[in-house]
Amino acid sequence: MARYLAGRLLAIVPVVVLVSVAAFSFIHLLPGDPVIALIGTSGQSLTPQQLQAKRHDLGLDRPLPVQYLSWAGDALTGDLGRSAVTHQTIVKALRDRFPITLQLAVASFIISLLIALPTGIVAAYRRNSLLDRVMTVFALAGVAMPSFWLGILLILVFAVQVHWLPPSGYVSFGSSAREWLRHLLLPALTLGAVQAAVVMRQTRSSLLEVLNEDYVRTARAKGLAERKVVLLHALRNALLPVVTVAGLQVSRLLGGAVVIETVFALPGFGRYGVDAIFIRDYPVVQAVVLVTAVIVVLTNLFTDLLYGVLDPRIRYA
Amino acid sequence: MAASATPAALSAPTTQRLRDAALLRLAGRLLRDPVICVATLFLLAVVVCAVLAPLIAPYGPNEINPFATLQGPSSRHLLGTDENGRDVLSRVIFGSRVSLSVGFISVGIAVVVGVPLGLVAGYAGRAADSVIMRLMDAILAFPALILALAIVAMLGQGINQIMIAIGVTSIPVFARLVRAQTLSLKTQDFAVAARAMGAPARRILARHVLPNTLAPVIVQGSLGMAFAILAEAGLSFLGVGIKPPTATWGGMLQKALQATHHAPTLAIFPGVAIFLTVLALNLVGDALRDALDPRLRGRTQDAR
Repeated sequence: MARYLAGRLLAIVPVVVLVSVAAFSFIHLLPGDPVIALIGTSGQSLTPQQLQAKRHDLGLDRPLPVQYLSWAGDALTGDLGRSAVTHQTIVKALRDRFPITLQLAVASFIISLLIALPTGIVAAYRRNSLLDRVMTVFALAGVAMPSFWLGILLILVFAVQVHWLPPSGYVSFGSSAREWLRHLLLPALTLGAVQAAVVMRQTRSSLLEVLNEDYVRTARAKGLAERKVVLLHALRNALLPVVTVAGLQVSRLLGGAVVIETVFALPGFGRYGVDAIFIRDYPVVQAVVLVTAVIVVLTNLFTDLLYGVLDPRIRYA
Repeated sequence: MAASATPAALSAPTTQRLRDAALLRLAGRLLRDPVICVATLFLLAVVVCAVLAPLIAPYGPNEINPFATLQGPSSRHLLGTDENGRDVLSRVIFGSRVSLSVGFISVGIAVVVGVPLGLVAGYAGRAADSVIMRLMDAILAFPALILALAIVAMLGQGINQIMIAIGVTSIPVFARLVRAQTLSLKTQDFAVAARAMGAPARRILARHVLPNTLAPVIVQGSLGMAFAILAEAGLSFLGVGIKPPTATWGGMLQKALQATHHAPTLAIFPGVAIFLTVLALNLVGDALRDALDPRLRGRTQDAR
């Protein structure tokens, strides 16, 4: 296991380096002067001498590799720079906004599993039944559904027509648990339903493959209850590919959160990044890009490790 | 002619005819499934709408009518009008131009860059392989939409920029696919034989490996188009895609979200257009994959 772990950890190092180089280069690839990109449009009124002084203050007159190392060192110690517009430190803004995105992501992840696992299991077990067909159609539809459209439709039904839930906005758990839940429900349901389609398809197909295996026949032959055969023997092995798919969904979840936070006006992390593009707050865009990529790399690592724990064949291979 | 001809004289036209026959059989088998038939017809209809938009659409996409804003469906405006009194049906029809061209061209970019990268990674040995594949891993580490957002921030807004942004995010899918194919094809007898006869790598890749990767690339291409259309709609919905007043399905939904209370129907039709187009592309892509890869077909059949 230790070797497996070390191998996985080593494998992500070049990816993290490449990702950080890409995020670093972002500021330098923008059209125009990187000084303006970092301090905002107020820099446009500076005299050439003042600009030169700023450039020196920001360290932009050093060679690029040196700049990269100092930037990466700062990022590692939790300094992601300052917003070009508000001049607030970005880490502080992220600390306010990230929890909202995390709540949305966790809630929709749970909802997607709650939808996908039972339906996937039933669809596989009762294959070709009416239920299986209906669920397969739903899964196909879910994959083709733009999440923001589903969000708008849910707003039309639950907020505009029947007034059960608020159409948008966010209330913190601390100020009112009930309102918090009411505001989070539609966004989480939207994102969860779209994710569920993919996970359900994977659950169904991998459970189908496993149900034909010899050990399932053995389990049945020795007289185990059918429920135990499916839920304990078959499902445990069928879930391996599902874990991978669910792990990969985290990347889609983060991308989806950007759009869903816009639909439901949630002041989360993705919304922060999109707003930053509109107001040309490039250091913020850079930070959002870097942080999401690091999260994705780490969840992929975690998924690999989990896979190793669940499947002994991988650990010792 | 067949009896007297030497094998060399036979080969060119005959293989061509065999290939045509195989294609016809494939098309026949696909279209026998009514669902695939409908999906294909729907996609054809979308293409016709895109090409002939000015002839089909009852109004211009940007024809403003201040006396007919936010109307529901009627005989004059089949799908109603938007906040500027523009005809929704006409805008949905014109929107297909943006969606289809972004779909085609961004997949084209991804194929043109990704396929050669995959061939080299799979054939040229470990060093090239690990450099290329780590680069692909790095691109994949960014959620596609967020990477596209960053690229649009760099390049600016506009349809060409969107195509590039979405194209770049799709490169790794094609590179990985072709690399995997190349790795297995290069050990097959025909490739080994060509190498033994002293064929240069470029020739082996072009004549023996590349043609055999085309089928999966075409399948992935149709699924990639579905992704590209969704991504463009998402970016335009966020307001960082193609600038208004150009009619785009995503952009129309952005406006519709702001008008949910007075004009709920605005949100329906552009969404239906995206949903059905993406669904049809996915269905055709899946069916093509099943038809082109007999191994997989066997598996899904007994899996069903």
